[in-house]
Amino acid sequence: MKQVNKIIATFLAIFILSINNLYSDNVKIGTEGAYPPWNAKDASGKLIGFEVDLAMELCKIMNHSCTLVEQDWDGMIPALQSGKFDAIMAGMSITQERKKKINFSQGYADEVASFAVLKGSSIKPKTPKSISLSNIDSNDQKTLDALKKAFAGKIIGVQTGTIHQNFLKSGLIGKVNIWTYKTQDEVNLDLASGRIDAALAAAVAFEDYNAKAGSKLKLVGPTFSGGTFGNGVGVGIRKADSALLSDFNSAIDTARQKGIIKKLAIKHFGFDASM
Amino acid sequence: MKPILDNLPDIIKSAILTIELTVISILIGLLIGFIFALMRISKIKFLFYLSYYYSFVFRGTPLFVQIFIIYFGLAQLEFIRESILWIVLKKPYWCAIIAFALNTGAYTSEIFRSGFEKIDKNLLEAANSLGLNKFKTFLVITLPIGIKRSIPAYGNEMILMLKGTSLASTVTLLDLTGTAKYIISTHFNPVEVFVFVGSIYLFFTFLIHTFVKYLEKKFRYY
Amino acid sequence: MELLSFGDTGWGDELLRATFMTILVAIAAFTFGFFISSLIVPLKLSKSKVLNFIGNTYTTIFRGVPELLVIYLLFFGGSSAVMFVAKIFGYKDFIEINAFLTGSVSIGLISGAYTTEVLRGAINSINQGQFDGAKSLGLKKSTYYVFVIAPQVLRLSLPNLSNVWQLTLKDTALISVTGLVEIMRQSYIASGATRNPLLFYCFAAFLYLILTTISLKYFNKLEKKYNFYT
Repeated sequence: MKQVNKIIATFLAIFILSINNLYSDNVKIGTEGAYPPWNAKDASGKLIGFEVDLAMELCKIMNHSCTLVEQDWDGMIPALQSGKFDAIMAGMSITQERKKKINFSQGYADEVASFAVLKGSSIKPKTPKSISLSNIDSNDQKTLDALKKAFAGKIIGVQTGTIHQNFLKSGLIGKVNIWTYKTQDEVNLDLASGRIDAALAAAVAFEDYNAKAGSKLKLVGPTFSGGTFGNGVGVGIRKADSALLSDFNSAIDTARQKGIIKKLAIKHFGFDASM
Repeated sequence: MKPILDNLPDIIKSAILTIELTVISILIGLLIGFIFALMRISKIKFLFYLSYYYSFVFRGTPLFVQIFIIYFGLAQLEFIRESILWIVLKKPYWCAIIAFALNTGAYTSEIFRSGFEKIDKNLLEAANSLGLNKFKTFLVITLPIGIKRSIPAYGNEMILMLKGTSLASTVTLLDLTGTAKYIISTHFNPVEVFVFVGSIYLFFTFLIHTFVKYLEKKFRYY
Repeated sequence: MELLSFGDTGWGDELLRATFMTILVAIAAFTFGFFISSLIVPLKLSKSKVLNFIGNTYTTIFRGVPELLVIYLLFFGGSSAVMFVAKIFGYKDFIEINAFLTGSVSIGLISGAYTTEVLRGAINSINQGQFDGAKSLGLKKSTYYVFVIAPQVLRLSLPNLSNVWQLTLKDTALISVTGLVEIMRQSYIASGATRNPLLFYCFAAFLYLILTTISLKYFNKLEKKYNFYT
């Protein structure tokens, strides 16, 4: 019986602890912790990365106490809506589709997407350096056609529920085999092992992998922005929380003016991705 | 219902994939299980221990871990990627089937083993006194009775395997569970999608159940 | 091996903590399942068709639908369901259901379905004569169920309960998809950060093997202890 009592006591303690969380009035910020250099985890299990640092800076400016909450990417928006946390800072691009469900602050950084292949791959589309999909003109169409040719019938890996998946689904570069993964780490693993022919994600995500795993990957094709790729990365907030939204907006203004965002971007990305 | 109706073709396709994964894994697992059960009752020490540890490891660890070792773990080794095995291991479909078949094979071997071992001693003695040798006794007594006795437990194992195939969704495959998750990542109606897909699984469970009941009836002994 | 060391550079301490979480969540789920089954078994044994139906529906659903799906359903749908109920009572703040609760409830519901079948089977296997004997002694229904039938049922079902426990223990790996940091989740994080999935998943398998082996030994001991009375 004693053992049973102990078990019940433990169970109750955990329950009470989880209830306790509800009554603290700090801002909880959800992040993935698996999308370096935006957000990741180190060997001690601590969250690190550009957005982790930035979140702390913004909270300092807003004079809020903040906690970071880890959340898998595929449940990010539902978790925000169910109240697991109050804001998303997880490399989430501001897109029309997401705006239907949640609000976004102004963008705090630019996410530039790019294809990557294994070094020595035969996929070498000849394209200009960058393409914006907000307004597709005949030059852009040529670029897309070149990509269509290069990737015809190839397997391309992306993380589930990302702008990158939406872009491949949109058919702008024709029909490709889309494989979806839970995390970008898994995409990188399968790209490095040669299971997939190419991957599409933030260019810095591949560069980060190269820096750690010894330059196995190579970026190909143009960098993408606009259209399905959205307009920069912002803080996601529930539609009802307008006060928190304006808090974040003015905090981002302040951080930008003080050069904090630029400084953090250079530290984590190696270049100024602030916006 | 809109997200379900919009994606109905994908759901049907994924249901077929789920059936495919289940049936192929069960068939391969049946063969593996049978062979390892024979090894388990054999008198050769090496075969016995091989079978014993195979079943010990695969029944003692979660299928989730097994499929990740086979899919992500083995792909890490360069000599595997350069070997002929890579043709198979490169494909998530085959990785899933290998993991499922090895897993269900371990459970199946235990089911058959206990079926073979529980044969009435008197029956075996009777066979002996009729002048049947060991091999023949096994063939005409142990094997048919053991298999018949294994049917109910094996039915449960088939249902467990059907449920286990949902893990295929963790290695990029769009089976029923994978498709459900995909629909949710674009629409945001988790409950109805999961309930709908869940009832498809229940229907499959029901089919297996009916099939097993039919087998039991057909092979009722004594 | 350095990767498995304790301290800030290795994942040893994290994995150890994760192992405790696995044990804790497995115990919580198994206990919760046992509690549920004690409610469902009477339904399944009752003479009322309606109660039978309720009991059967529960066991059919939770033994027939993949564990992963049950977890996703509770994870994505659970908090909105709780919120919905809370709103009726005028509670407007957000209610968080943490991963531990979601995990132990969803795995517990599944574990409970299997436990129900085990206990029901054991009760059915008890000789009808004992029920009659107890009745003829004038014992109340509740008295003989608790003092005569229950101890026998527990003893008879020990080997099968051991199987349910093993199943539950292994099912906890699936809770990792909700973000609860147990063995599987921790290995997932570690292999992502170090790009060494082979090492970490094999080590995870090793940890599970230890847990299942130890608990099997423990159950065998219990069986031996209580087999005395047969």
